[in-house]
Amino acid sequence: MIPTWVQLGYLLAAACFIIALKGLSGPGTARRGNLIGAFGAALACVIVFFERDLDHQLPILAAIAVGSAAGVVGAQRVQMTQMPQLVALFNGVGGAAAALVAGLELSELVEAAELAGGGLGDVPEFDLAATAFTILVGAVSFSGSLVTFAKLQELMTTRPVTFPGLPVAFGGSIIAAGALSVLLVLEPATWAGVVIGVLGLALGVLLVLPVGGADVPIVISLLNAFTGLAVAAGGYVLGNTLLLVAGTLVGASGTLLTRLMAAAMGRSLANTLFGALKGGSTLGGGEVSDRPVRSAGPTDVAILLGYAQRVIVVPGYGLAVAQAQHTLRELVDVLGERGVQVDYAIHPVAGRMPGHMNVLLAEAQVPYEQLKEMDEINDEFKRTDVVLVVGANDVVNPAARSSPGAPIYGMPILHADQAEQVIFMKRSMRPGFAGIENELLFDGRTTLLFGDAKENMSKLLNAVKSL
Amino acid sequence: MSEEVVWLTIFVLSVFVGIEVISKVSSTLHTPLMSGANAIHGVILVGAVLVTGTAESGLGLAVGLVAVVLATLNMVGGFVVTDRMLQMFRRPRGDAQQKAGQK
Repeated sequence: MIPTWVQLGYLLAAACFIIALKGLSGPGTARRGNLIGAFGAALACVIVFFERDLDHQLPILAAIAVGSAAGVVGAQRVQMTQMPQLVALFNGVGGAAAALVAGLELSELVEAAELAGGGLGDVPEFDLAATAFTILVGAVSFSGSLVTFAKLQELMTTRPVTFPGLPVAFGGSIIAAGALSVLLVLEPATWAGVVIGVLGLALGVLLVLPVGGADVPIVISLLNAFTGLAVAAGGYVLGNTLLLVAGTLVGASGTLLTRLMAAAMGRSLANTLFGALKGGSTLGGGEVSDRPVRSAGPTDVAILLGYAQRVIVVPGYGLAVAQAQHTLRELVDVLGERGVQVDYAIHPVAGRMPGHMNVLLAEAQVPYEQLKEMDEINDEFKRTDVVLVVGANDVVNPAARSSPGAPIYGMPILHADQAEQVIFMKRSMRPGFAGIENELLFDGRTTLLFGDAKENMSKLLNAVKSL
Repeated sequence: MSEEVVWLTIFVLSVFVGIEVISKVSSTLHTPLMSGANAIHGVILVGAVLVTGTAESGLGLAVGLVAVVLATLNMVGGFVVTDRMLQMFRRPRGDAQQKAGQK
């Protein structure tokens, strides 16, 4: 029996997690909320050693030390631009841990039953079903997260990957995993658990491959919810209320968050996951077009900006990759001194994840009041002299409004095309993360400034200063 | 009440709480919230410690220790990276509250 004070400790930790999630959903309380969550988790990890007599305490503590060191170093060293990948990776290893825990518990259940004289009927069916669920979902989350990691890190193509047999393979794996789960409940065996795990790994890969680059954040959030559910089921198997509560909280809030994110991008979840399978969403082909565009040098652009009255900056992931956000802030400051009214238009999914761009610009100490959300600023574009698009592409692509075949069709976009003049700062004509061409680039009102964003930004800054 | 029903009750109530607490989040905070929630499920570490501590075979111990390392990575890394993100929101916090007050 678990000592009462340990159970109360778990209850306290569970309460901390609820307060943490509540805190994380408000800007003023978010950081404190996160710390409260960390406190709850730390508390739980200390008192678990008092729950029952545990062997191998020294190796366990050593393993915790190794994991902590790696986690802290990874989290501290990562560039803020690469943060989505890291979150995906952390989520994946959490899923793997849940699957391994359930697998071990299964083998212990089987062994214990064999020792008791082969009476496997003593193991409750529901425990076995929950074990199978944890292994399956944990494995899906692990391999799925690794694929999202590879896509975000651009280790593989960011475009949807499909092959003719994919739906069949996917459906077949689900049916096989379901059948094995039933078998596991009727006839508990460790090997069945292992096979379910392998099927889960395959399912995770098959689930994420057809998802296009721009939709990857939604999938990370979904897999996050999956891991939560796996942890919850694991909690049931182990008879641990804290795991059940924490996992369910993450599963439920993660599912809602996934839907909110999908809504912010104007996508349905089903469309995100299976859109590519229906075909037709591979418009554009990701090729570099050789149609004529109008390009200019920093001095010309400086004149456009310096003598404008109203300027809106649309920052994208390319800005952050080039580390040009600090120079951009200086430029905006200088323009402000010249009497130009400048704001930043932040698309909900600017960067790689919803809210990512806010993090990146906050890092460059851009004042919060200059950051305007899409709904807030979209009507302003028609009254704007110059829109400066830096390292963004898909979020101002009119194809989202006009071409039903485009992968981003239906995504709410910033109406940059309604402004008097549009300036794109781009490295090349390469299409954006969604892999489609942007008609706005070829528009008569558009000027392109090619080159490294950081270098060009400093040239632009100097040119505006000397106007 | 049978034990299964108690577990079911906890589960269902947790679903409602999980949905309720984040229902009013602004899109600005989606990323940190996802990252924070991600860290919370790292508490599977508790489960990893329990199964490792009761492992009987060498293989079981090895698998358990791998699970412990992975779970710790999830939990510790998750909280640290979330804190790093939120650190950057610290300065504008005053403005945000002001803004909320004006609305």
